[in-house]
Amino acid sequence: MLSLYDFKEGIRIALTAIGANKLRSVLTTLGIVIGVVVVTLMATVIEGLGTALDKSISSLGTDTYYLSKWDWFGGEWWKARNRKDVTVEQAEQLKERFQLAEAVVPVVSTWQRTMKYRNRSVKGNVNGTVPEYEITSGVVPEEGRFFNLYESNAGRPVCIIGHDVASNLFEREDPIGKTIKISGYSYRVIGVFEKEGDFLGTSMFSKDTQAFIPMENFLKIFGTNRSIDIHVKMLEGVPKDDAKAEMIGVFRSIRGVPPGEEDDFGVNTQDFLKQVFDGVVSTIGVVGFLITSLSLLVGGVGIMNIMFVSVKERTKEIGTRKALGAKRRSILFQFLIEAATICLIGGLLGLAISWPLSLIIDEVLPSSMPLWVVGLSMSISIAVGLISGIVPAYTAARMNPVDALRYE
Amino acid sequence: MPLIHIKDVIKTYDMGAELVHALSGVSLDIEENEYVAIMGPSGSGKSTLMNVVGCLDTPTSGLYEFGGQNVGELDDNELAEIRNRKIGFVFQTFNLLPRSTALHNVELPLIYAGIPAARRREKAEEALVSVGLADRMTHRPNELSGGQRQRVAVARALVNNPSIILADEPTGNLDSKTGIEIMQLMVDLHRKGNTIILVTHEEDIAAHAHRVVRLFDGKIASDEIVENPRIYAESN
Repeated sequence: MLSLYDFKEGIRIALTAIGANKLRSVLTTLGIVIGVVVVTLMATVIEGLGTALDKSISSLGTDTYYLSKWDWFGGEWWKARNRKDVTVEQAEQLKERFQLAEAVVPVVSTWQRTMKYRNRSVKGNVNGTVPEYEITSGVVPEEGRFFNLYESNAGRPVCIIGHDVASNLFEREDPIGKTIKISGYSYRVIGVFEKEGDFLGTSMFSKDTQAFIPMENFLKIFGTNRSIDIHVKMLEGVPKDDAKAEMIGVFRSIRGVPPGEEDDFGVNTQDFLKQVFDGVVSTIGVVGFLITSLSLLVGGVGIMNIMFVSVKERTKEIGTRKALGAKRRSILFQFLIEAATICLIGGLLGLAISWPLSLIIDEVLPSSMPLWVVGLSMSISIAVGLISGIVPAYTAARMNPVDALRYE
Repeated sequence: MPLIHIKDVIKTYDMGAELVHALSGVSLDIEENEYVAIMGPSGSGKSTLMNVVGCLDTPTSGLYEFGGQNVGELDDNELAEIRNRKIGFVFQTFNLLPRSTALHNVELPLIYAGIPAARRREKAEEALVSVGLADRMTHRPNELSGGQRQRVAVARALVNNPSIILADEPTGNLDSKTGIEIMQLMVDLHRKGNTIILVTHEEDIAAHAHRVVRLFDGKIASDEIVENPRIYAESN
């Protein structure tokens, strides 16, 4: 195999050769540079999207299920339309009959209601729920508190508002204790949720623009003719799949679904969101992969070309080295190492370009360049060098020493 | 047993349209510690003979034994090993690596011999001192005169203690004064026990050798012992 001395000499020759042709070497690496920039920035963006998604759906909780008339993703909405509504009574029955839940919480929503304070107003969803919502959502108000059981049962006109609602209605005032109008009815603000941010421009899953009021109050004011959602948080330590199957069984019986027929309700989890996200990521991945492969291909051809030039230019040197006892593999590795080093320099240049760009991305989409991507892109760079260097290096290695020495 | 034993060696080159007979039946024995000059006009086959002797090329037919080993049976890597350990080359155009120091140039054969760095450096320094370049070790070829460059090349040829030193027109690119210095170096090396084969077309240069082999048209035209080889004043 290659001796350490051969290897060291290879590195030394590579650096000398590259140092002698700095501009040429750098220009040659352009394709590699672009490839590495694309790979690293792509990974940074994907990571940023992942972080943003995690943050915006963190309130959904991993072990929380959402029973609903509708399926969030997939499913057949035209069938779902004919389903019976999910009702508060069904939620109460489920709470009674299903023992594996830490909390079973009914949530009813009405969309785009006007919320007013003095002369300012915003629109947002209004939800009626119960105090255990704090358990299923895993979120407690940043300021103030959630309503308690007494307020809930009595249907008191109190509300907890999302961060954007608070900042739009109150600007610098402290919202706690103030009274706002929701669809013309007065509510006292007792809590404000912390900012959750949005995901890809939608605040669909964030509470920022919403308000929460006691269920009893909601039904009185907005009526009872809505299908509700039931949030179910499972007990710790219960196997997820067992608990889910049990829950579905109980809920089927509550809704009177005959055995053998399919569920007439949706069982939603944040996993669905993950699936959608994974779809987005793989699209970005495929596009990025195509761009990267293309630029690496171009880069590889460039490297191969310059290596042929380098071999040609140094024919006499190759002859001399062979006369002095260099074996084929020494020459082969000499040029392979040179090609790999050029590519590695290209890779480092790529990193030097994409690192500041990733900091700019960070401003828009909080993220950081994953370390494994740095390692991966360096490995890819070296691999491109080795692959495109192999033919020129082999040409050099099998040169006839007599011809090489005579070459002028 | 002679160090070099060449018997009926033929070397032909296929130039496409015709076969060129560079060597057509050469037989030659060279003993240890001989100082042989190979002479001949261009096209006589002396370069080809040198390439064969130097294990840079293998004969088309005929026998070449180097130290008892049949060179014709060796593969590329084994030939490289012989060149590395047994033969020291000195070229007309010096063939130094332009961007490396004198020291590194001299270290090259030792690198390919797989000798550890410290020992390598020591031997290379020794060789450079022996050719009188103790104060030029870290200079690059472009910072050295022609004579100094050829001295570096001689040091490089010597450094691995080869069985023979093969010099191809070593003074061809030097002025006559520096040429004489190099020839004196060769005489010194011979006196220290080295076997030297010198390829040249200059009678003046060949006059230093103890034996002159003349080639013509790929054959040995004459093979004479020189009675009184030219010797310069004893070097220090």
